[in-house]
Amino acid sequence: MDRRVFMRSGAMALVTMGLNPSFLRRTTFGMTLPKAAKGKVLICIFQRGAADALNVVVPHGDPSYYALRPNIAIARPSLAAGDAGALDLDGMFGLHPALRSLKPLYDRGLLAPIVAVGSPSSTRSHFDAQDYMESGTPDRKGTTDGWLNRYLAVSGTCEAGAQCAPTPFKAVSLTAQMPRILEGPSPVVAMNSLDEFTVRATGSQSDRLEALYRTGRADVIHATGSDTFEAVKMLRAANPQQYAAANGAQYPVTDFGRRLRQIAQLVKSDVGLEVAFADIGGWDTHVNQGGATGQLANRLREFGDGVAALVADLGDRMRDVVILTMTEFGRTARQNGNGGTDHGHAGSMFVIGGDVHGRDIHGKWPGLAPEVLNEGRDLALTTDFRAVFSEIVSTHLGGEDTSPVFPGFTGTSANWLRVLQGTPASGIGARRG
Amino acid sequence: MGLSRLIPYVLVSCATACAGAATSSARSEMDLRGLPSADVTRAAAREQTADQQVLQVLNRLAFGSRPGDVQAVRTMGVDRWIALQLEPARIPDPAGDSVAGHYRTLSLPLPTLLEEYPPNPVLRRLARQAMAGGGAGMMRDSIRISREDSLEYAMMRRRSQVIGQELVSARVARAVASDRQLQEVLTDFWLNHFNVFAGKSASMRHYLVPFERDVIRPNVLGNFRTMLGAVAHSPAMLFYLDNWQSTADSTRATMVPQRMVRAAQRRYAQRAPQLSGLSSAQRDTLLARVQQRRRGVNENYARELMELHTLGVDGGYTQQDVSEAARILTGWSLQQPNELAAFRFNPAVHDAEAKQVLGTTFPAGQGVAEGERLLDLLARHPATATFIATKLAQRFVSDTPPAALVERAAATFRRTDGDLREVVRTIVTSDEFFAAAAWRAKVKSPFEVVVSALRAVDAGIDTTPRSAAIVARLGQGLYQHQAPNGWPETGDGWINTGAILNRINFGMALASGNVPGVMLRRWPLYAELETLPREQQVDGVVRGLLGGDVSADMRAILLSGDHPMMERARTQDTSVLPDRQASMARGMGPGVRFNGAGAPQGLAQIVGLAIGSPEFQRR
Repeated sequence: MDRRVFMRSGAMALVTMGLNPSFLRRTTFGMTLPKAAKGKVLICIFQRGAADALNVVVPHGDPSYYALRPNIAIARPSLAAGDAGALDLDGMFGLHPALRSLKPLYDRGLLAPIVAVGSPSSTRSHFDAQDYMESGTPDRKGTTDGWLNRYLAVSGTCEAGAQCAPTPFKAVSLTAQMPRILEGPSPVVAMNSLDEFTVRATGSQSDRLEALYRTGRADVIHATGSDTFEAVKMLRAANPQQYAAANGAQYPVTDFGRRLRQIAQLVKSDVGLEVAFADIGGWDTHVNQGGATGQLANRLREFGDGVAALVADLGDRMRDVVILTMTEFGRTARQNGNGGTDHGHAGSMFVIGGDVHGRDIHGKWPGLAPEVLNEGRDLALTTDFRAVFSEIVSTHLGGEDTSPVFPGFTGTSANWLRVLQGTPASGIGARRG
Repeated sequence: MGLSRLIPYVLVSCATACAGAATSSARSEMDLRGLPSADVTRAAAREQTADQQVLQVLNRLAFGSRPGDVQAVRTMGVDRWIALQLEPARIPDPAGDSVAGHYRTLSLPLPTLLEEYPPNPVLRRLARQAMAGGGAGMMRDSIRISREDSLEYAMMRRRSQVIGQELVSARVARAVASDRQLQEVLTDFWLNHFNVFAGKSASMRHYLVPFERDVIRPNVLGNFRTMLGAVAHSPAMLFYLDNWQSTADSTRATMVPQRMVRAAQRRYAQRAPQLSGLSSAQRDTLLARVQQRRRGVNENYARELMELHTLGVDGGYTQQDVSEAARILTGWSLQQPNELAAFRFNPAVHDAEAKQVLGTTFPAGQGVAEGERLLDLLARHPATATFIATKLAQRFVSDTPPAALVERAAATFRRTDGDLREVVRTIVTSDEFFAAAAWRAKVKSPFEVVVSALRAVDAGIDTTPRSAAIVARLGQGLYQHQAPNGWPETGDGWINTGAILNRINFGMALASGNVPGVMLRRWPLYAELETLPREQQVDGVVRGLLGGDVSADMRAILLSGDHPMMERARTQDTSVLPDRQASMARGMGPGVRFNGAGAPQGLAQIVGLAIGSPEFQRR
């Protein structure tokens, strides 16, 4: 019961039978919308299926890259290559041309790619690797909660009457089911879509259902039920149906685009959102993944356009927002016999936000020479994903001590890449091997 | 059967197909010899009233009551009904059998399933081989796949999803229809205790068929050690917790002399330079073989075996015990995971040195027998008796079961060497089970919410995965729990803002006739109540769905009616629609969302409010 963030059942339990629905509505109407305690927001996007990092942040300056991928490599940026060439970032790396909409973010210093990052686990199983990235405990299956939920637990919930106003929308997953990363004891709302978060009943039926939860015994079901009706009204008051994207943001007309748009709605509705999650599938490109165009390019276009629209839509709010993209592992450095790539090891990430050290490639580049490849076949790992996650939890969200969030992680702040400006400086940027 | 395979979904009205499912457990031709008689004095000594006791057993040993069940249990006597449920073989179950027989894939042996419904890696390999057949095995400049081949490939990929759909559909349908209700409840319990996640790999749903059918179901009222052993040998668990890949560390001797291992490695090394000339599939196979050699001990299964399957997290074992147990289990592996998936003990990777677990020494070189001894040791450990007794008491009695009851159940476990029938009997015939404190003490899981609602309104049997998709929408995708600890046995894990909303919306969707199999007009109580005044309708619904006893406030809220003209004008959508985005993970069937047309009115609306009420969330 101590985790209840939203208890009003005490007073409401007195209102029993003579209950007049309009009284209830008045009560709700008088309710002010709470603000997030710190105003900082973390949006995590999981690319499920293992995105091919070497064709996302393209190492066009690495001599081995083109030898490993005779048919699917992204061409060096050049006049001849034109639109099919990588979008050069720093002379060594470039973005896949389908990520054209992310390039301006890099140029403006809002986007930081991290290379050769991922899980230290050697697993090549999608399931295990996603599990580890979401639980935050590589090679430990028994962890029952996700690291974002553990962060929520240590960040503390607001007690009634405390200075920070309580909100049921502190953590929201725009997914049909609760993702592993947000599983755990801290309250999180998972929903497929904002308009699904409503009572599917007529007004008076809904009032009567609410009354059922507000009367009777004082137990967790009644208390949570009462909170639920408050939350539904809160969202209705925030009026997501009336939402129009700002700054000409053009979200892809896909489920992924819709979910990102709804995250922007939540951020701007001031319902107290602190952590949001969405995922996008289709990255398991074993066969015919294509090069500058094709299967992977199509996924990247949707992904990049969605993220770029989210950034545009959030406008000045990006000052308080960090978008973190992740994928369970990278893919084999060599293309396979089917014009695709198989399960590999290290991958790449993007960190996007107002306080990001952008315009720089982060992470040590191990190279692609045969003798440095992991198990002779994949990009080697130089940064543990927990180093990135804990820097963000600590610097951006203000989590003092990240050890409860990443139990068993022996890395310290000395291992951080300093992707964020708030992180104490030293050793910024890429160190190439 | 033949026709039903051709139709996307078939709703068999239980009135005809289930052959009187509701009352058959009370039929006079049943063999009741040796069962306790209806012991009036014993029943009278319990804290719960006679009526409460009837509902208690139906809510705990069954997934709630179907119309007629209350009367049937009352007639038979609570104690005799319990005794009968503890011996499911004595309960004729034509309804359950007919449902179970409906699913083709669920009766097939595992190798047949893997062959007829090839998992994706096999399909990919076949495709690779087919393509490599045309070339020299080198990298090919362009890959051309004919349209026919692509279509067939896509069709084959979809085909293996049938298994997942049948698995989840059957779980719900059998829980609704079977008269061996305790067996269904215990199947749910033990599948959760030995949780396996269907999304772990493309073959996992294949493995889950024999896992539920041959490993769990036959043992739920049998011997714990037998079930534990069956789980330890099962492809599902070996694969889920990675033990099939667990091998002795390179510093340890194995059952095969080192010189032979080195010779094999030399042979491999001699072949290695030719790797580049091999097809990618061959290369992967070779690499996998090498990786298996150097992967070393994987402790996942050994740890969960102690923490979750036997001793419990506070069971008094150490990390050292886990490590040594993992060494004992090295070599417990699988032959051809994607084709045959047979248990195989591989002596060449089994750590042949001596080990010690929980103070017991395992001498060197005993091979597979060491693992069997380890399972004996764990199954007989007193911590295991207490851990299993606690979990069962949590399932049947309350989230915080009385310590005295747990101790008695644990004592039964120890005395009978893990006879689960007797452990369950100790719990469900106890005074604590029939105590006032146990009345409505449990929060229903989503599976229990859906199954009990379908049973309460006498729903027809849904042989599609849609009802299971509703369970998933409510937060409990069947076979979809990723972590090995399974779904929570206690209520706090189930109750959160989104969950309540979904439960409420499920109630409204059911009342609107938008849940598969539900036709309120066919519900016997509906016909009985339809023409009566609202007050009697409320009392009837409260009796039929909530066991009668509700607060005056609740009754009054249900009683306050809508003005039909006003309500129709404000009608919102309430039904269940397929939802592609919400689809359950990795081929376990479609997802659903609550939406559609037609808010319930009148009697149906009372049903919707009752199922969405806090009281229906308890059992």
